[in-house]
Amino acid sequence: MSHLLALDVGWGTTLAIKTLIVLAIVPLTALILGYVFLLKMMSHMQSRLGPMDPGGFHGWYQLLGDGIKFMQKEDIMPAEADVRVFALAPAIVVLSTFLVFAVIPAGPRLVVQPLDVGVFYALAVSSLSVIGVLMAGWASANKYALIGALRAAAQLIAYELPLVLAVVGVVIQAGTMNLQGIVNFQQHGELFGWGGIGFPLILTQFIGFALFMVAAQAELTQPPFDMPVAESELVAGYMVEYTGFRFLFFFIGEFGTAFAFAALAATLFLGGWATPWVHGTAADWLGPLVLFTKVMFVAFLMFWARFTYPRFREDQLQALAWKWLIPIALVNILLTGALKVAF
Amino acid sequence: MKREIKGMLTGLGVTFRTMTKPAVTVQYPHEREDPPTRARGVIALKEENCTVCMLCARSCPDWCIYIEGHKEQRPPRREGGKPRSVSVLDRFDIDYALCMYCGICVEVCPFDALFWSPEYEYSEHRIADLLHDKDKLGEWMETVPEPEPLEMGAQSKGKK
Repeated sequence: MSHLLALDVGWGTTLAIKTLIVLAIVPLTALILGYVFLLKMMSHMQSRLGPMDPGGFHGWYQLLGDGIKFMQKEDIMPAEADVRVFALAPAIVVLSTFLVFAVIPAGPRLVVQPLDVGVFYALAVSSLSVIGVLMAGWASANKYALIGALRAAAQLIAYELPLVLAVVGVVIQAGTMNLQGIVNFQQHGELFGWGGIGFPLILTQFIGFALFMVAAQAELTQPPFDMPVAESELVAGYMVEYTGFRFLFFFIGEFGTAFAFAALAATLFLGGWATPWVHGTAADWLGPLVLFTKVMFVAFLMFWARFTYPRFREDQLQALAWKWLIPIALVNILLTGALKVAF
Repeated sequence: MKREIKGMLTGLGVTFRTMTKPAVTVQYPHEREDPPTRARGVIALKEENCTVCMLCARSCPDWCIYIEGHKEQRPPRREGGKPRSVSVLDRFDIDYALCMYCGICVEVCPFDALFWSPEYEYSEHRIADLLHDKDKLGEWMETVPEPEPLEMGAQSKGKK
């Protein structure tokens, strides 16, 4: 980043700038996804308009207003709550979102930290939120919250496996775990000797992409996998005792993570920031826009499914992960490995 | 399995097609919704038809109609006849805070003094202001739509 802006500063200043940008970007992405999909797309899919008045133009101010409202709310804690754990839980959920953003490349040089184990790191920190969710459920001293948290833990652990296994195919093909390396592989790859559109891995890893999307949906506890927050049985699951700013943290965590997973899917399967034939400085400036477009497309698929399907029952939900997704992912890995050796 | 996948894809198609069509929402304060002609918006009173028979007040399920009247002597129609007595309406109030828009009063009125009007914009800041007196109820008469034309061959009995 400091190279891009041609700044000559020490590592401390660079770190501060990077931190600030990530801190600003995560709530911003949550707002964008929340507004574009939750408020607007869902409304139109249900033949209504959604908020139209706040801010003048199609209710764009609605979510900001909601945020301000949350800040005004009283910070209520149950008398029996484990105060420190209760207060820390939303922070951990949001923290896992922030950490994922650290490795997602938005341009040839625009990445907070290009880790060699990028894919592994991203999926590992994204599952940190399980701990936050369990803490929230346990510390709330509320049976609904506890049941919600236990469901969430069972679900997140079950779908962590297909999520990781779906990505293994990409890693085998690209030969690297570095997200930047995977993007470069897709940009410079060739389809049977023709390099016109690079080599987006969705062409060979379509099964992996589908598995990743389903598992990501479950990781986000979005419908149809929203058993942990099933409002008809559990009120709001592990979030039931949270108010005000802490509740806002869960909201930012949910939609920020949705953006992060969409960005991961776009990077792994659709070529990330890469545009064929665009290199150097042009790619530096075009990269974020291209990535954003791809992320919005992937997020559209996610939210489309979210607003279409009814909720799974708990046993159906577990059966889908263990009996279908994981075996399919394993077969996919086997085939990818065999073909990689053969060709 | 094939059937389930087909069903899931159909579901996605339904939401996507709904998204591309314009929404059915009417942005009420900015644009006004036109209710059907015979919508039950507000009840109008045609005072000269009312005979203070109290049928409407008695049939009202939640007692939201208040009627007071008195009798007056009028000169006889023919020379040397007995003076006529007529009922004069002093008070006719409908409390729209109580009214449940069942329309029984309109149905039961034997002299066509009560009518439905599709007008619906009469909310108030104070609940007491929802009590409409007979002048206010009379003003609603302007908004009552004309009755539909009779079928061929049918005879008109009453007037509006």
